[in-house]
Amino acid sequence: MTDKIFHTIGVGVAFSPNLKANIYEAARLSLLFESTLVLIHVGELSEEKEQQLLDILQPFIDQNLNYEMVFKTGDPVDVILSISEEKKVDLLILGALQKENLVQYYLGTIARKITRQAKCSILLLIKPSVERIACKHIVVNGLDDPKTKQTISTAYFVSHKLGSKRITIVEEITKQEVAVSVDDDKSLRKSAIVKERLKHREESRVRNIISEVPDAYKKDLETKTQSIFGKRGYSIGHYAQFIRADLLVMNAPMKSGFWDRLFPHDIEYILSELPTDVLIIR
Amino acid sequence: MTPKKNNTALFFKQLPKNIFSGFVVSLIALPLGLGLAMASNAPAIAGVITAIVGGVIVSILGGSHVTITGPGNGLVIVTLGAISTLGLEAAYAAIICSGVLLMLLGFLRMGNLADFFPSSAIQGMLAAIGLIILGKQFHIMFGHEIVRDSPISYLIEIPYTIKDALHYENTGLIYAAAAGILSLFIMVFYSKIRNKYLQLIPAPMWIVILSIGFSYYFEMVLHQDNPIAREYMVPAIPTFSEITTQLPKVSFANIGGLAFWGSVISLTLIASIESLLSIKAVDKLDPEKRRSNVNRDLKALGLGTIGSGFLGGLNVVTVIARSSVNVNNGGTNRSANFSHAFFLVVFIVLFSTQMTRIPLPALMAILVYTGYKLASPDLIKKIFSVGKEQLIIFFVTLLITLKLGLIIGISAGVLVTVIIHFIINKNVTLFLRHWVKPNVLMFKEEDATSNYYVSVKHFCSFANFYRLKQKLDAISEDNDVIVDFSMCEFVDHTVMENLHNYQSAFAKKGGHFDIIGLDMHDADSKHPFALRKLAAVPKLFGYNLTKRQENLETIAKDYSLSYSADKNKNTDFLSPFLFFKTKQPKHIYNELIDSTNQFKLFDIEFSEGEFIAKEVVRASMLHIDLNTSIPVFSLDRETLIDKVYAIAGFSDINFEQHQDFSKRFHLVGENTGTIKQFFNDDLVHFFESNPYYHIESNGNSLLIFSKQRLASTKEIKALLDFGKRLKSVISSDIL
Repeated sequence: MTDKIFHTIGVGVAFSPNLKANIYEAARLSLLFESTLVLIHVGELSEEKEQQLLDILQPFIDQNLNYEMVFKTGDPVDVILSISEEKKVDLLILGALQKENLVQYYLGTIARKITRQAKCSILLLIKPSVERIACKHIVVNGLDDPKTKQTISTAYFVSHKLGSKRITIVEEITKQEVAVSVDDDKSLRKSAIVKERLKHREESRVRNIISEVPDAYKKDLETKTQSIFGKRGYSIGHYAQFIRADLLVMNAPMKSGFWDRLFPHDIEYILSELPTDVLIIR
Repeated sequence: MTPKKNNTALFFKQLPKNIFSGFVVSLIALPLGLGLAMASNAPAIAGVITAIVGGVIVSILGGSHVTITGPGNGLVIVTLGAISTLGLEAAYAAIICSGVLLMLLGFLRMGNLADFFPSSAIQGMLAAIGLIILGKQFHIMFGHEIVRDSPISYLIEIPYTIKDALHYENTGLIYAAAAGILSLFIMVFYSKIRNKYLQLIPAPMWIVILSIGFSYYFEMVLHQDNPIAREYMVPAIPTFSEITTQLPKVSFANIGGLAFWGSVISLTLIASIESLLSIKAVDKLDPEKRRSNVNRDLKALGLGTIGSGFLGGLNVVTVIARSSVNVNNGGTNRSANFSHAFFLVVFIVLFSTQMTRIPLPALMAILVYTGYKLASPDLIKKIFSVGKEQLIIFFVTLLITLKLGLIIGISAGVLVTVIIHFIINKNVTLFLRHWVKPNVLMFKEEDATSNYYVSVKHFCSFANFYRLKQKLDAISEDNDVIVDFSMCEFVDHTVMENLHNYQSAFAKKGGHFDIIGLDMHDADSKHPFALRKLAAVPKLFGYNLTKRQENLETIAKDYSLSYSADKNKNTDFLSPFLFFKTKQPKHIYNELIDSTNQFKLFDIEFSEGEFIAKEVVRASMLHIDLNTSIPVFSLDRETLIDKVYAIAGFSDINFEQHQDFSKRFHLVGENTGTIKQFFNDDLVHFFESNPYYHIESNGNSLLIFSKQRLASTKEIKALLDFGKRLKSVISSDIL
């Protein structure tokens, strides 16, 4: 494994109140991950806009940030997706919206569409900030899925780079997996046994994945595994919110179509209410 | 996890007890069955057929343990409706179809159906059913049968019926009304008299026995006809051979009709709700705290209903009052239900002609009392104490049910509850947005405590409680559970009530069930709903002490104890005692505690049984913490009933060297060896030379009381003295 996972980081730039915070977060990550930053703005190129962005980027340019600016008009979703592909962006950073009064964050329609269609990894920020806020605790999914291995190793890479203290790998055990419906004391005992077995199976699977992660990444990092019972994809967000994790790392969904939005599952739940910053690995 | 028991041996060991208990239940099931069927306009025997078929099928195939099945109160109204709109033959077809639907519900695992209705709406619907039963049968009880269209007019005309009854000229009607009123008195005052011999026969059976005796008295002694008007007697009951050979005609001719399916759906809905609620309530009474398999029970009830419909019976449902009588008489498994059916067969075979000697008003008095219990003012008071909005839900459901029928009534109840939730939260999106979301997360904390942690998001009400329930049901009750509502914006009364049930279930099986994260809601004051109930501090018992309480205060001073008159809901220390296995302690008050906290004398309010068989009892008890372990036992005065019980399998431990003690005292306990060792000469002599008390040990503490009523100050002093001396005898033995 190389020390670089994300060669190019893209960030959508809109001249909103969050502009500075979004760019600061993106630039900081680009420096940490040693990546090139691509600022994508959907709109006309103008001297004024360019100057404004350069002003914001100045402290990072001083630290040798590689950056690039792209201005293009068109449909925001199409533009951002096509430029990401063109520039071979590995990680796209998007800001989420906070709903008034409630401490719940939602993705705007554009960010949501991009998240569904993008071919690269996505980082959704709920509270971008100009000042650096240390990322202390990362929660990562440990689903039984071919992508999980990559997700977990990326999570270790990210936490290593960000200097996190703790990583929790969450195995979600769904009702379907337990497959014993609890009716009375007898079936309750049976389901408890099945659950315990599933838990062991999941844990050994996750342990195998962790053992393949380079030791350098695991240094100074506390690893914990946790089995939770709930709906796949949703409960992990609930858990991340509950333990106040700073970043949730997840597998990308297989694909998401019309039915998935009607009967939401996996990532759709996370998109409908963001528990914390979310990194979706593709 | 408990070690596997030898089930077959246990079954046979408990069989005599269950047969006995089934016998007592059949005594109450017979008059209720006749009455419920008559009230539904079905042939009187239909109720008994229901109980027999239900008892046999559900006891063999069912998934609950101590429940009794038979004709239900709630179904009287729907059955009556079905019979009057469709006719009896088509009504049987509707009953059969509802049996099929019930089975389907079981196969679709809809055992949580009753959880989808707000509890206040269900209460309102049941109260409406109670009022309808009461309204209709009240007139018959007074020997003044009337036929009206709407249930409300029956209620309105009650005063006229009473007035008319005062001016009866016809002696037949006077006797009929007298029989009804006397029976009502028996029902009301029966539970007030706690006499072992009287209580052996349930109140409804006393009514039957007395009225049959009355009829024989006129026939044999006075050589007169029964003075009660002929039309107010139970009509002819077919003999057993007639029942088995002459099956009723079942007509499926209306099967395409809307009215037919309306009846089927009402029957199914009410039958399932009544059964599911009863099963839930009976599980709380089960001394072994087993969990019923509701889905399996639904299937069995459905099959029972089908069979019952073909044989001329009504819907088979699980019934709460009869089940609680079963528990109180020592029923421990389904064989009690079977034996209840068996004894009903015996009654029909032997006494079917005698049953026509029962006056209708007497039977209807039982139903009037049942109806009153469903809609009692106590219930309304209780609902009001939860919150005003619950009362709105309750009354809306009640009135609409009275006016427009059950299905519309319960739907209105659900609708009003939803609207009230919207108004209280001033927020509709909270509910619409999050209704379909799986808002419950459960995980086992990985640290040493290994609690189950359940976190609930957004809102939790009757509409999505099943998600929480599913998670909670998957935890066995000997674990520690923490339910966290801190991320939840709204919790409704239905949920709080259900969680309270979980709390007591966990406490009884040795686990813990904590609810956290609601303090914020209370401070918020946006959610007064039911949360208020949770936060409520037990009210002070009032500063105006009664004479008795003043005396208790004086005793406390004399004996240097501390006295508190306040109600104390913390009765957990009582649950390990055998005596409270089938009883629900409500609260203790008037506590006298010594400085070391080992002696605790208190008054207690507890309840026994459920519904019409529910009896609230107040008693004075002494609890002594021994700090050492002693065998678990229960010691009482040996009475005639104990000798009867002994035949039924409640074995008494006797000592060869202490004949007098063995004869006078009834000693039970599992571990005979250690108990015999514990009851040495000193202790036996102590008991022989002192007054009788009921004494129970739970392994490390003693519970002592004399009667199931409050003790006088003198008795309290005697109890204190007895307890002190007993403690010194026991501690000198152990040391």
